[in-house]
Amino acid sequence: MISIKNVSKHYGSFQVLADCSAEVKKGDVIVICGPSGSGKSTLIKCVNGLEPFQQGAIAVNGISVGDPKTNLSKLRAHVGMVFQNFELFPHMSVIDNLCIAQTKVLGRSRAEAVERARKLLDRVGLLVQADKFPGQLSGGQQQRVAIARALAMDPICMLFDEPTSALDPEMVNEVLDVMVGLAQEGMTMMVVTHEMGFARKVANRVIFMDEGRIVEDAPEEDFFSKPRSERAQQFLSKILHH
Amino acid sequence: MGYEFDWSSIPGALPYLWTGMVMTLKITAVAVAAGIVWGTLLALMRMSGFKLLAWLAASYVNLFRSIPLVMVLLWFFLIVPSLLISLFDIPRSYDTRLVSAMVAFSLFEAAYYSEIIRAGIRSVSKGQMGAASALGMSYAQAMRLVILPQAFRNMVPLLLTQGIILFQDTSLVYVSSLADFFGVSYQVGSRDGRLVELLLFAGAVYFIISFSASLLVKHFQKRKTT
Repeated sequence: MISIKNVSKHYGSFQVLADCSAEVKKGDVIVICGPSGSGKSTLIKCVNGLEPFQQGAIAVNGISVGDPKTNLSKLRAHVGMVFQNFELFPHMSVIDNLCIAQTKVLGRSRAEAVERARKLLDRVGLLVQADKFPGQLSGGQQQRVAIARALAMDPICMLFDEPTSALDPEMVNEVLDVMVGLAQEGMTMMVVTHEMGFARKVANRVIFMDEGRIVEDAPEEDFFSKPRSERAQQFLSKILHH
Repeated sequence: MGYEFDWSSIPGALPYLWTGMVMTLKITAVAVAAGIVWGTLLALMRMSGFKLLAWLAASYVNLFRSIPLVMVLLWFFLIVPSLLISLFDIPRSYDTRLVSAMVAFSLFEAAYYSEIIRAGIRSVSKGQMGAASALGMSYAQAMRLVILPQAFRNMVPLLLTQGIILFQDTSLVYVSSLADFFGVSYQVGSRDGRLVELLLFAGAVYFIISFSASLLVKHFQKRKTT
């Protein structure tokens, strides 16, 4: 479903991504981890064209992201994305956050959009907050709204860019629970995260990045039991043994 | 003996002074509205990826910010009327001074508004554009639905403050002897030989309106930050 082939990106002489390749099949849940500055967020943002790249190719459902002829807006409408800082629209109520793109991008009627939005808010346990504004919600609630907003577009896959990094520790689980639920329903997901518990529970594969390179791309059980690269071993020993 | 104040000519002139105030408010309102619209377009041009558009907008802003307002007004009073008359075959007797003033103020204020609006757009976090794009919105949709509403909300105090400055600057239309509040006060004063009183009165009115408006802006600002 998502194919990343030899993608490289640089800002001036600084190499952000170096020759990255990966395949994501329908229903896969891929966790991407690595030290900060390793290019994981950049890579995931290349998948829906939020970040341009200079070399290589990325195709989502057969559509080339880097091709200047591709209608990126149309592609993005079907690729859900969840950000570290939620990025809800602060000037709109929760329900409007979920409806705006449905009506303006997908062309759904207001009634249809509201119905879909209410169903998804109910799913993430926030239907009672529908008329509140994002600023009135906790971080965990905002992130669940953001996930519901992405789901409202009926995406073919979901990208998560460190969805729990900006959260207070006690709110991490409410967000992870929603994500686990999605994974178990068969949603195709690419998740940049350091939540190794989540990776163990639902990931098919773990991609480990360092200095813009994909150092390791292994099935979940192999990655945790016998990481091949020394760099990944070091990384795991640092984040797992506390 | 010192100067003896005589305010008696003011009460009778109040209706006439009021027509002047209406004129002042009209010019202010039109220039604020048109200035914000044109200023927004200039800001968007300047921030667009198109080099030529950005250059044009930047040149416009720099030009108008480097010329005294009173000269812009004078040019417009001298040039625009004859231009309009020759272009649209308007009778020579038609008074184009008000339109000229409105156009001149709008064009001039747009340069200032565009800088305020540009800062306002920058004040919205970059992630908001990313989130809007990620939902499939086009650049124009993201601007219109997500970025500009937030930018304007952040800018309200600055836009109002600029409006207050403009309200005072409209008195410069005296160069065309247009009957705005200042012009009318001046006329009444020289007619009755009571210029000092009338100008003091006019100054007090400008002060009261401008000062209360800025207090109002401060009040808004405080409410927004708490």
